[in-house]
Amino acid sequence: MANWGMAIDVDRCDGCNACVVACRTENNVPPAGPEQAAIGRTIEWLRVERHVEGEFPNVRVRFVPVMCVHCDEAPCASVCPVSATYETPDGLNAQIHPRCIGTRACAQACPYTVRHFNWGEPSWEAPLEQTINPDVAVRWKGIMEKCTFCVQRIRRAEDTARGDEREVQDGEAQPACAQACPAQAIVFGDLDDPESAVSQQAESPRAERPMEELGTGPRVFYLKEGDWRGSVRPGSSD
Amino acid sequence: MAASDRDRAIEDSLIRPVVETSRTVWLVVGLLLAVIAFGGYQWARQLGEGMVIAGMNTPVYWGLYITNYVFFIGISHAGTLISAILRLTQAEWRRPITRAAEAITVFALLMGSSNVLWHLGRPELIYVPLLYPQPLSPLIWDVVCISLYLMGSITYLYLPLIPDLAILRDRSPRLRWFYRALALGWEGTPKQHARLEKLIGIMAVAIIPIAVSVHTVVSWVFAMNLLPMWHSAIFGPYFVVGAIFSGIAALLIAMAILRKTFRLEAFFRPIHFNNLGLLMLTMACLWFYFTFAEHMTVWYGNEPDEVAVLNSRLYGPFSTAFWSMIACCFVIPLGILSFRRLRTIAGTVVASCSVVVGMWLERYIIVLSSASYPRSEAMWDAGRYTPSMVEIGLTAAQFAAFALLYIVFAKLFPLVSIWEIKEADERDVEAVTEVLDAQRAAKA
Repeated sequence: MANWGMAIDVDRCDGCNACVVACRTENNVPPAGPEQAAIGRTIEWLRVERHVEGEFPNVRVRFVPVMCVHCDEAPCASVCPVSATYETPDGLNAQIHPRCIGTRACAQACPYTVRHFNWGEPSWEAPLEQTINPDVAVRWKGIMEKCTFCVQRIRRAEDTARGDEREVQDGEAQPACAQACPAQAIVFGDLDDPESAVSQQAESPRAERPMEELGTGPRVFYLKEGDWRGSVRPGSSD
Repeated sequence: MAASDRDRAIEDSLIRPVVETSRTVWLVVGLLLAVIAFGGYQWARQLGEGMVIAGMNTPVYWGLYITNYVFFIGISHAGTLISAILRLTQAEWRRPITRAAEAITVFALLMGSSNVLWHLGRPELIYVPLLYPQPLSPLIWDVVCISLYLMGSITYLYLPLIPDLAILRDRSPRLRWFYRALALGWEGTPKQHARLEKLIGIMAVAIIPIAVSVHTVVSWVFAMNLLPMWHSAIFGPYFVVGAIFSGIAALLIAMAILRKTFRLEAFFRPIHFNNLGLLMLTMACLWFYFTFAEHMTVWYGNEPDEVAVLNSRLYGPFSTAFWSMIACCFVIPLGILSFRRLRTIAGTVVASCSVVVGMWLERYIIVLSSASYPRSEAMWDAGRYTPSMVEIGLTAAQFAAFALLYIVFAKLFPLVSIWEIKEADERDVEAVTEVLDAQRAAKA
């Protein structure tokens, strides 16, 4: 069984946000609208954070795509009173929408703040409702949602491989963000396969995992040149 | 005065509030119902439109509802715990106040846990955790401990009521069938008395660890998370201390109101306010010690994520609430309760009001400041959260419902345990009769 993981080369990211658009479209992430967005109601499975490094005049901005890191020891899974979120055997942190009762305990427990709540009933202004992807369920008000590593794409790749009586090839299962990235900064694959692109990147001395010191065991690796400890942490701006 | 006349006088004065209702009480009931109706209307709006009309956001997923949840469950420690400790230590002065305290527990618990209804994104699925619990979740520990505590405190309130229910069965002008059913055939035989005392003794012992467990697991809903300034080992005892502290304050306020409204001056005497005031003073010192230890270690440790929350309290968006809390929970009660001259009924009530406000602020700060400054700095809310009309309406409705439940209770049952007063020390009974005689003389 695969152990799905991701590597993001931050040095390649130029902050174009193509991954964000791809993610929204693939996963039917509802738009919040300007008023709701201004008061913190945006649902974004994937966000690109801007980290400002250095001081004027030696300033540079680094872009860091942040999504659910699919922890090995997920703090969100243990606090859910009804097991609406759990870890699958192949390393995904899954959210079961119909089971969620909306305590928001998982969101409060997540150190990465990547879990999102449907504050209201999601809606798409015409003609945007025609962009809804039939492969992914539209969620409803009162429940949590978050990045799934595009589980529908993973399962389809597995089904195809099973039909052909072979293993899933490296690169066959691609989440929308990785597929859309023009700089190929996002690599996805099986962390247990030493030959896979993601494993090789994860082995790189440039690679480290966000907030690793918390012991959550994230499955997303960030690659960056130089001393970046602390600065690739989602959110920190130094 | 003969002993039987004296007993009769005590009975009369305690049954009167049950059978007679003044116009003021009806007026207050009307007002409370209006506030509750407003809260209900707001809740209906939220059910229709979703949490979008409440003030919460990303990352402040928990707001006023959780604040009220922790606050009311804290208040609930007034009762049963205080009354159990006083019973077990055989503090004689407890006799008139235990029932008022136990009633607070039951109603505060009902109010506190009802917050789950409007906090949940899908309240229609509130039964799911009961059918399919995930035992590692602190929320499940809450469900277990709070239900146990609720059942325990209802039992503990009911047991000492039985002999009084028998009195009402024999003397009440109305609802006799109701009192007969509840009195369980109490005749006051020595055998029944022995059994009752034994049961009350067992319950008093059992309820203490349950009460401690309740506020411990309520604190663990926060402390089990990795969020800065929530993940703290001190939280369990800190919450229990705060709970008892706010509970005593609530009890003192309730006693002062009941004393005036239902003419219970003979039972809630200055000595009770003095003694409870001393108890509250002790808790104020303990509370300050815990608060100091909690913030001192964070400040010295200087871990950036934790310090962000600390700074928001000391001089950030939560500083007004924080310093008001310090004033309300420590400076004001210490200034009043340290002096015997000020430990009067009025003095203790002022201190209690201050403590109740301060403890509510404490819950607010704990929930909101950590939620506003998660480890992920890009997601900081930084004090943008403001409670919406829905949250304020539901908060007001809870306080109103709490008061209403108390009034209904007072209209059905005596607020002071009649039989326990009769069995009190000769001196205590004399103190009661003295005031009753003075009241009668004043009337004549």
